[in-house]
Amino acid sequence: MLSLYVPGESVVHRARAGLKLGLLAALGIGLFWVGSPAVMAGAVALVVLAGVGLARLPWRALAVQVRPVWPWLALLLGFHLLVTDLRTGSVAVLRLLTLLAAAAIVTATTRVTALVAVIEWLAAPLRVFGVRPARIGLVLAMTLRFIPLVAERAARIREAQAARGAHRVRLGMAVPLLIQVLRMAATVGEALDARGADDAPARRPRRRTAVAS
Amino acid sequence: MRIGSGTFRRVKSRDLAYVALFAAIVAVLGLLPPVPVPGLPVPITAQTLGVMLAGSVLGAKRGGLALLVFLALVAAGAPLLAGGRGGLSVFVGPTAGYLYSWPIAAFVIGLLTQLFWKRFNLAWALIANMIGGIVVIYAIGIPFTSIYGDVPLWASFTGSLTFIPGDLVKAVAASVVAVAVRRTYPVIELPGRRAAAS
Amino acid sequence: MRWGRRPAEEADDAVAPGAGIELRDVEHAYGERVVLDGISLTLTERRIGVVGANGSGKSTFARLLNGLVVPTSGTVLVDGLDTRTQVRAVRRRVGFVFQDPDAQIVHPTVAEDLAFGPHNQGLPDDEVQRRVEEMLGRYGLADHRDHPAHLLSGGQKQLLAIAGVLAMRPRRIVFDEPTTLLDLSNTRRVARVIDELEQDVVVVTHHLDLLSGFDRVLVVEHGRVIADGTPAETVPWYVARMD
Repeated sequence: MLSLYVPGESVVHRARAGLKLGLLAALGIGLFWVGSPAVMAGAVALVVLAGVGLARLPWRALAVQVRPVWPWLALLLGFHLLVTDLRTGSVAVLRLLTLLAAAAIVTATTRVTALVAVIEWLAAPLRVFGVRPARIGLVLAMTLRFIPLVAERAARIREAQAARGAHRVRLGMAVPLLIQVLRMAATVGEALDARGADDAPARRPRRRTAVAS
Repeated sequence: MRIGSGTFRRVKSRDLAYVALFAAIVAVLGLLPPVPVPGLPVPITAQTLGVMLAGSVLGAKRGGLALLVFLALVAAGAPLLAGGRGGLSVFVGPTAGYLYSWPIAAFVIGLLTQLFWKRFNLAWALIANMIGGIVVIYAIGIPFTSIYGDVPLWASFTGSLTFIPGDLVKAVAASVVAVAVRRTYPVIELPGRRAAAS
Repeated sequence: MRWGRRPAEEADDAVAPGAGIELRDVEHAYGERVVLDGISLTLTERRIGVVGANGSGKSTFARLLNGLVVPTSGTVLVDGLDTRTQVRAVRRRVGFVFQDPDAQIVHPTVAEDLAFGPHNQGLPDDEVQRRVEEMLGRYGLADHRDHPAHLLSGGQKQLLAIAGVLAMRPRRIVFDEPTTLLDLSNTRRVARVIDELEQDVVVVTHHLDLLSGFDRVLVVEHGRVIADGTPAETVPWYVARMD
């Protein structure tokens, strides 16, 4: 449920996550030097072709990620037709579309764990600020663990308040909920210490190296 | 630079848990149904409420980190943004600037909260949340949309005005909650003062 | 800042002269509030129970035993290791099970969470994997290996929390009210699990049934140990006192 990854064995799937992210970033910058609608349309076609042909992704997987932005693109084009001209408008819209499609392909072909590993690698310079990259993976995992937990505790408090006659979701529910989960998080901090999180070796956990290989 | 709880203090296990907790809270707020606004392509969501709470409950460093963690999970493909959006495409979309502004906004709110901490009340909380949670977010989001969509600043600016009433409501809500939480369970520790953790 | 090698005195093979846990004149206060007041004890028995009313200080007592709480004054020694200076080595010897398993499970799926402790100990991957399999099998979690932890029942979550500690193979385990949030049948199940452990255990609890067969029971009140003896001596006395 918590991932947009589409399993597969294609070249794109097997390419290193860092490489894919690097190419995406390069594309994001490079496209700003393109001013011709024809070239930009070619870029869109190429990216979509790479997604469907090379990465063998189903159309749907791409559409799911790009769909929420359609109204924006339409609005943008409309605005340009009114204020500037069709040429500028179509370049702007096509540029966004290219980037969106490329980003959707990277997301659909790269496992969450592999991207997390890249994030840890990118975070290495943050050591200067006292951030230990190995702990980033832990915090990300804890967040995924906490999401259903917070939702569950919120539902429980809402039920308790409904039982006492408060039927609407009120702001008053936020305070007891926050205090409850803050207390719990303080205990989680103790549990991390008790389970040796402080003790953690510098090397990466197994599950991540397994994904990388 | 040392403000409030020592900006570059070593991160303790409990801080890691707090950071993960607020990243999760922002995600859960994204599950609340978004309120559609007629004539606008983007509905109002509760997630910036989470940005404000992260800053004004956890303080600058932990609040900012919580939002970075949240964005990292979104970037890694978890559909945690309101409406189940996620993946890298949201980071290159026309409204991506607003996303990028979240960790900075939480950090600024936290910084102001720590600055006001000794006399923190509803008024100071509102100031912190409006500067960090509204001014900072728009100051980053508006120019970003303008550059990406090749539209002039004024157009991008007027386009976002519709969100201001909703954001004001959120700032008030976050401030009320932050002041109440501080009274019962203060998380921010100033030097020489310990939080009442059990 | 410390991400280099650990100081030598915190190595796991540090010399351990006295076996058991020793508390010397231990006092602990949160700010002005004194929660533990002059406790001196030596704990060497295999099964030790700790009872007392809410707020008596027994939860803080439990946290002293593996260095989660360091006393304001006095010393706690675990096999001769000082919890103040050798806390990492102490925690490798003393596992801790919390009241609320939700606070103890930190990874989204069952197998990942079981691997967390052993991995932190720096064990090789195949050994970590072996221990995960062993725990999955022993506590009937094998079918839930890749399930999200939040889908487990309350009893299963507490078993996962215990298994996560056991996977680290500590010599003793401290339980802080392990059954308080459980229903009757799960309480019995967890009691049986504790009963079958080969490790030394210290169990802080309100469930007096848990303590049958224990070697020693301490009664804590207002931060002091007011009774100390076999369950047959202390439990009826404690029950009478509560009435």
